[in-house]
Amino acid sequence: MDVMPKWAEVILVPLISLLLAAIISALVILAIGEDPIAAVNLMITGALGSTYGWGYTLYYATNFMFTGLAVAIAFHARLFNIGGEGQAMLGGLGVALACLYIPWPHWTLALLGATAMAALFGAVWAAVPAWLQAKRGSHIVITTIMFNFIAAALLNYVLVNLLRPKGQMDPATARFPEATQLPTLHDLLAPFGIEFSKAAPANVSFLVAVLACVALWVLIWRTRLGYEIRAYGHSESAAKYAGISPVKITMIAMIISGALAGMMAINNVMGEAERLVLNSTEGAGFIGIAVALMGRSHPVGVFIAAILFGFLYQGGAELALWTSIPRELIVVIQALVILFTGALDNMVRMPLEKLFLAARRARAPKPERKPVEPAE
Amino acid sequence: MTGDTTLERQATAAPDVPAIELKGISKAFGPVQANKDISIRVMPGTIHGIIGENGAGKSTLMSILYGFYKADKGEIWINGSRTEIPDSQAAIAAGIGMVFQHFKLVENFTVLENIILGAEDGRLLKPSLAKARRTLLELAEDYGLNVDPDALVQDIGVGMQQRVEILKALYRQADILILDEPTGVLTPAEADQLFRILGRLRSEGKTIILITHKLREIMETTDTVSVMRRGEMTATVRTQDTSPQELAELMVGRKVLLRVDKTPADPGEVVLDIKGLKVIDDKGVERLRGIDLQVRAGEVLGIAGVAGNGQSELLEVLGGYEDGTGEVRLNGQLLDLTGRHSDGQSRRARGIAHVPEDRQREGLIMEYQAWENTAFGYHHDPEYRAGVLMNNAAIRSDTAEKMERFDVRPPNPKLAAKNFSGGNQQKIVLAREIERNPDLLLIGQPTRGVDIGAIEFIHQQIVALRDQGKAILLVSVELEEILALSDRIAVMFDGRVMGERMPDQTDEKELGLLMAGITDTNAPHSVEEIERNLAHAPGDASKEV
Repeated sequence: MDVMPKWAEVILVPLISLLLAAIISALVILAIGEDPIAAVNLMITGALGSTYGWGYTLYYATNFMFTGLAVAIAFHARLFNIGGEGQAMLGGLGVALACLYIPWPHWTLALLGATAMAALFGAVWAAVPAWLQAKRGSHIVITTIMFNFIAAALLNYVLVNLLRPKGQMDPATARFPEATQLPTLHDLLAPFGIEFSKAAPANVSFLVAVLACVALWVLIWRTRLGYEIRAYGHSESAAKYAGISPVKITMIAMIISGALAGMMAINNVMGEAERLVLNSTEGAGFIGIAVALMGRSHPVGVFIAAILFGFLYQGGAELALWTSIPRELIVVIQALVILFTGALDNMVRMPLEKLFLAARRARAPKPERKPVEPAE
Repeated sequence: MTGDTTLERQATAAPDVPAIELKGISKAFGPVQANKDISIRVMPGTIHGIIGENGAGKSTLMSILYGFYKADKGEIWINGSRTEIPDSQAAIAAGIGMVFQHFKLVENFTVLENIILGAEDGRLLKPSLAKARRTLLELAEDYGLNVDPDALVQDIGVGMQQRVEILKALYRQADILILDEPTGVLTPAEADQLFRILGRLRSEGKTIILITHKLREIMETTDTVSVMRRGEMTATVRTQDTSPQELAELMVGRKVLLRVDKTPADPGEVVLDIKGLKVIDDKGVERLRGIDLQVRAGEVLGIAGVAGNGQSELLEVLGGYEDGTGEVRLNGQLLDLTGRHSDGQSRRARGIAHVPEDRQREGLIMEYQAWENTAFGYHHDPEYRAGVLMNNAAIRSDTAEKMERFDVRPPNPKLAAKNFSGGNQQKIVLAREIERNPDLLLIGQPTRGVDIGAIEFIHQQIVALRDQGKAILLVSVELEEILALSDRIAVMFDGRVMGERMPDQTDEKELGLLMAGITDTNAPHSVEEIERNLAHAPGDASKEV
């Protein structure tokens, strides 16, 4: 029986978790002899205080939105896709090939083509573990982790031996042609008379990510495929009874997941670096897991969580730049947020549920309560 | 605990002091009041029945007595002295033994090893085993509980396993035995044997609490009976002063029909024709060993049998989610038993509806709301879709109508399936499957975990569908249900059909023998013979019942 009203479930629990993470982070900062309030101030002004800060926050958030959605859709089918990192790397390869070898006339077409290639490469990289799980029973957690390493090795080989221009020391591709360069938020907002930082990397991919959130919401909650994916995720035995093929759902969910993770590359490879470098993903595939956990695998939740993690990333970078707080501490803060919002969820939920129960009993005698509306 | 100290404990209570007295026990789980101010007195040397529908609070009450839960309020008095029972160790020390519905035995241990498990004296096993062997022999002599101490538990039948559970309790010096739905997995003959043992235990001064939802067992074995309804004890009466009708009314709170009203069947064409159907499971075990059955339009074919003898596989292969070999025809057309056209969707398209045995694991998605469950399996139907999207509005309004027709309470399409009671969950499944107007309805355990009020309704729906000229294949482990609903009965044992009988020409005794794999039903048979037979069957008592 649902004990808590919907708003408490969706807003209160993550908020309290965040608060707890913030308190412990503050204690850690205090312990190394820095001022936590000044640190928070610096993070906020650094990440949200200027359009430059916002530009970076949104850039990171775009990455996390794609990888977060990727993990979320797999979660709905009760599949744990840890391979977002590898799938995003392969997506980068797809983007690089699309941008380098096809003469695009305009960035809009280039964006479409690169998105398709990124999705295709990511999907293929996810389809192999999916097939192994569906047909051979190899656990998808293990295989996707292994595929991250294979992807890194593969990219290393391709960049060093195949795509690196002659005479270049750096294991990276050549710069993409001019026509494939995506407009930044500065370019997009200028016609509306809005000043946005020129130097920040946030670009049109952010809008693609938002579109992906909407599309995934429709897919999960409104289509028959989404209905089947959720049904399979809730109960495999019931899905079989209804004639929903576990093989089909496992494959489709993972292909969508891999495609979304791969699509991250239009942001970091095409939008920002404008060439493919080694380790272009910078761990965004793993942050996606935390984003999906915190966002409860709901596209709206993923959107909000991605912005929050974007803020943490950018704010953390500022902190490392302007204070003597070591960079590693930023990782600690991020880890605390993940720990509290993801892993220690029940620690907050249980006492809250008790509280709501007590409150409801105090309001008794009226045992019948309007049932909680579904998540949609 | 050590055996020596407890051995010295004697039943000190005078005969007029109750062996167990519960005073004002209350227990709430969240908003649900599972037990409300419950008081009972059970005199020593009697069998006390506790009867009530599922969810009435019987098991909660016994769990409090056995120390699994702590009561919010109330007192427990054992043999005239107030006793705190914080855990099951304390319950054992107070002389209470419990025989669970699902046995707690280690399958690959011997009977003897299972009996001393958790009650070993000292670190070395050998002296404990020797002592247990002596005690076991005494117990066998005193109560007629004969078991081979060196047999592996996995090799003995369900009835024997239950006897081991009783011996475990007696070995721990239990004077009070609680049995939770003990006959759920037994054939009628085994059940009779169990009740003889209970009678013997009573005559030796033991106190027995029997929890059941079967009225017949209460009437035949108990001295006094308490009825529970919605967490409250509605009545405690002497069994000889009451009747099944009265008890049923007390359980449900209104008059109920205990028999199904139906006219004789008027069977038409053969709808389902099964020839030589075999199923081999993942482990290579043959679960169905060549089944031949026919179901005609306008009749109910009941499949009786102890759980785990192939009935589930029969339903699964016909429902399209288990592969099989053989020949199955529906209205003369062959059904694919493997491959792409052998799944739930194709079966539904062919006119087979299926109410599965386990509605919580198969029939419903518990997290889905009622309307989502109403579309389950039929979500590709044209009236439920709008392009690639689901037509949620259409499904919701359809669900509201179905809920009204099937009297689902509360009639709220947006409530998650898990928040409905067992009976109402079953009505949701039934409404979904029956309202499709199928040619053949497969229905497994239609009233398992369903309260009496809903049982009546579900039985009426099945008979009504039959009267519309539909073929119905009914699988149930409840013989009473099979006898009440079927127009023809087939008995399954060890993956085979042992025989077919007409319900008015057979009785529970004959069916019971067939269920134990004995086809020569006229010759005399001992219970031992039946149990020997059952022990060799692949029947799986651990399967969720």
